[in-house]
Amino acid sequence: MKIKKRWYALFTVPLMVMFFLIIVIPFITGIGYSFVSWDGLAKSEKVFVGLNNYKRIFSDTQFLASIVRTTVFTLITVVIVNVLALAFALLVTTKLKVRNIARTMLFLPYLIGGLILGYIWQYVLGEAMTALADMTGMENIFFNWLVDSDYAFYAMIVVATWQMAGYMMIVYIAGLESISDDVMEAAQTDGANYWQTLVRVRLPLLMSSITICLFLTLSNCFKIYDVNVSLTGGGPNNSTEMVSMNIFNEIFTKSNFGYGQAKAVLFFIIVAIITLIQVKVTKDKEVTM
Amino acid sequence: MKGKKIGKILINILVILGCCIYLFPVYLIIVNAFKSRAELYENILAFPKQITWEYFAGALEKMDFVRAFGNSIIVTAISVIIIVILSAMTAWMFVRSNGKLSNFLLNLLIVTMLIPFQTIMMPLMQEMHLFGEIFGVPFQDSLGGLIFMYIGAGAGMGVFLFHGFIKASVPVSLEEAAIIDGCSIWRVFWQIVFPILKPITVTVAILDVIWIWNDYLLPSLTLTSNANKTIPLAMSLFFGQYNIEWNMAMAALTFTIVPVIIFYLLCQKHIIKGVAAGAVKG
Repeated sequence: MKIKKRWYALFTVPLMVMFFLIIVIPFITGIGYSFVSWDGLAKSEKVFVGLNNYKRIFSDTQFLASIVRTTVFTLITVVIVNVLALAFALLVTTKLKVRNIARTMLFLPYLIGGLILGYIWQYVLGEAMTALADMTGMENIFFNWLVDSDYAFYAMIVVATWQMAGYMMIVYIAGLESISDDVMEAAQTDGANYWQTLVRVRLPLLMSSITICLFLTLSNCFKIYDVNVSLTGGGPNNSTEMVSMNIFNEIFTKSNFGYGQAKAVLFFIIVAIITLIQVKVTKDKEVTM
Repeated sequence: MKGKKIGKILINILVILGCCIYLFPVYLIIVNAFKSRAELYENILAFPKQITWEYFAGALEKMDFVRAFGNSIIVTAISVIIIVILSAMTAWMFVRSNGKLSNFLLNLLIVTMLIPFQTIMMPLMQEMHLFGEIFGVPFQDSLGGLIFMYIGAGAGMGVFLFHGFIKASVPVSLEEAAIIDGCSIWRVFWQIVFPILKPITVTVAILDVIWIWNDYLLPSLTLTSNANKTIPLAMSLFFGQYNIEWNMAMAALTFTIVPVIIFYLLCQKHIIKGVAAGAVKG
C-alpha cells in the first residue's frame, strides 16, 4: 500500500515527538549530566569532571552494598515468585470447582500497586505483629519485623512476592492452557505419573512462559522502588535500601545531581545486561512443537 | 464413591481457605478501619463489634480523598485514551509503510523500553523545567504536564503491542479496496482499521490503567501542590508523618483499595486476558 508522506507524518509525528522529548532526549542528556559535578541549582555552575563520577562509584560503600543487597533480593524473590506462581497456575488449571474464584483472589494484590501494598504490609508486619504479641503473649512468634534489619529485608521479599506471584500465575496459566490435551494424554498412556508429566512434558513446553516470567520478575525486582519507599523507607539504618532508592536519594536528597546521574546510567547498563543475558539463555532452552 | 466426593469438597474448601489466608492483609486493613481505637487495641483479628465511621470521615478530609481520586481519574483516563489513539495510528503507519525510518523508530521504541525510569528522571525534570520557562506554561506541578510525560513514556509499549497485532491479524486487502473506492487514509483508519483493533486496544488500555493509576515515582517528582495530588501521593503524605494514626490510615487505605477491587470485579475477564496477552507479547 502506497501512502503519501503527509499522511505518514500526520499519523506518526505527534507521538514520536513526545517519545523523543520524554524518553530519548533525557536519556542522552542524562549521559551528559553524568560527567559533571552539579548541585541541581540553576545558579550553580556545572563543572566538567570527566569520568570522576564513575570512578567515585567504586569507593561508595553504601551504593555497592545496595547493589549487592538488590542482587540477593532479586535472586531470592525471582525463585520464590516463580515457584509459587507455577504452583498456583497448576492448582487453578485443574478441574477444581473453585478454580476461577481462586484465580481471581490470587491475582488481586498485583492490581493494588506497590506503594499501597507496602503500606498495608507495614501495618501487618509492624503494628499488627506487636498487637498480636500483646494479645497472645507469644513474643517469640509475633514481633515487629520492620525494626530488625534482617527481618525488614525478608519483609521486602514477602511483599514483592505477594505482589508478583498472582501476575506471573496469569502468564503461566496462559502457557499451561496452550499445551494440547493430546500431549498430556500420550504421556499418560505411556504410564507417566503426575510428576513425570510435569517435569518431562509440561515444563519443557512451558519454556517460553518461563522466559517471560523470569524476564518480568528479574527486571521488576531489580528496579523495585515503591514497595521500598512505603514498607521500610530503606531502614532500619539503610539496611534495606535498594539501588533505585539509593539513586533517588543521591540526586534529590543529597543534591549530587551529576554523581547520582552516573549511578543512574550505570544502573541502566546493569539492568540491560542482566535482562539480555537472561532472555538469551532461556530462549536457547525453548522447545518448539 | 461417597468418600471421593467428600474428598473433593474438602479440597475445594481447603483451596478457598488458602486463598483467604493469602488475602488476609487486605482483610485486616478493611476490618480494622471500622473499629474504634479501644476495639482496635483489644483485638485486631475479629470483626468490629460496633461499626465506627468516624475515621473514614477523618481520612476523607485529611487526605482530601475526593480531589485526589478526581485527579487520578483525570490523569489516568486522558493519558490512556491518548496513548491508545496515538499508538494505534503510529503502529498502523509503521506496518503499512515499513521503510527504513519505520523500522528504525520501531526498534528504538522497543529498545528504550529497557531503560529504568530512574535513569531518565533527573534530566527529564530539568527538561520540563526548561520547557516551562520557554513556553510559559507549567510542565511541572500540573496535571497536563504529567499527562504529557505519560504519553511519551507509554509510547513504547503501546506501539509495540499494536504493531504486533496489526502485522499478524489485520488484512491489508480490505483497506486497499476502500482506498480504491475513494476513501481517505484518515477514514480508512477510523472506520475500518480501528474497530478491528479492539482486542489489543483493551489490552493496551488495561495495562496502562494499572501502570498509571498506581504510579508513584513520576507524580512524586513533578506534582508539588496539594491541589494536584494523585491517590498514591496523597497516601504517601498521609504516611509521611512521624506518628501514624492507624485507625485513620486504615480508613484511607480502605478508600484506595475498594475502588480497585470494584474495578477488578467489573472487568475481571478483560483484565486477566489483557495482562496475559500483554506479558506474552512483551
